Amino acid sequence: MLAKIYITLKKDVLDPQGSVIANSLKSLGFNNVEDVRQGKFIEIKLNNKDKDDAQKQLGEMCEKLLANLVIEDYKIEIE
Amino acid sequence: MKSHVIVFPGSNCDRDVAVAIKNISGQKPEMLWHKETSIDHSDLIVVPGGFSYGDYLRCGAMASTSPIMQDVVKKAKEGVPVLGICNGFQILIESGLLDGALMRNSSLSFICRDVLIKSKNKSSVFTRKSKLAKMPIAHNEGNFFATSEQLKKIEDNDQIAFQYCDENGNVEQSSNPNGSLANIAGILNENKNVLGMMPHPERAAEKIHGCDDGKIIFESIFN
Repeated sequence: MLAKIYITLKKDVLDPQGSVIANSLKSLGFNNVEDVRQGKFIEIKLNNKDKDDAQKQLGEMCEKLLANLVIEDYKIEIE
Repeated sequence: MKSHVIVFPGSNCDRDVAVAIKNISGQKPEMLWHKETSIDHSDLIVVPGGFSYGDYLRCGAMASTSPIMQDVVKKAKEGVPVLGICNGFQILIESGLLDGALMRNSSLSFICRDVLIKSKNKSSVFTRKSKLAKMPIAHNEGNFFATSEQLKKIEDNDQIAFQYCDENGNVEQSSNPNGSLANIAGILNENKNVLGMMPHPERAAEKIHGCDDGKIIFESIFN
């Protein structure tokens, strides 16, 4: 199975890169842009059969290594 | 005094810090490749600066899972002094030995220049001789962040080792190079035997460097 992991900065953490991206989009004429938050996207291929087991292990992977929980949130999707 | 310097793929301040330690303590430190699994008796373990593992994922995240780090964490918990400089600070945070996080500089630029720092804690093995000191920073991710609970704990427990300041020792936003919370340049763990700092004392440790203020940290440790 394939897991998709989205890692983003927590809402109360400033994201200077996101702000610069927002300004650049606006300078391209996309004046409808209100806010940009940027993050990481990680795909992990697993040989698990059981989706719940995989979900649990992926949570551990995020907490132990993939995300820094002081500043980041994570979201897991399994296909 | 027996000291050890950990070497990761991508470390680039390991030899500089070894020279500073040799000059100040009189004893050459042992260089330990990160694949090693144990450290003999040590009076100081240094996690040096550099770009371990090319800063993949997050600075210091990959190095924190290196085999040697298990023993570094164990020795730190036993009270052995551990000093992390720049990328070493990032590695110690990722290993859970220090609180907080080091984010990208608020300016989004790599900063390489001298800064002034002063110590807040004046009793730890690293800071007991400290004075206002000039030393270089060279980093892209040195913007210290902590949750409000973590910051309160760090402040209440006298864990702020160094703060960026001006020439009069005033801690002002204008002397903050990278957006760090409370101008924090270095923090200690709860027991004050682990120090992580962004400035490079080993790059300001001899007159030929243009400034030798960084010596004071090693002198605090060794004398």
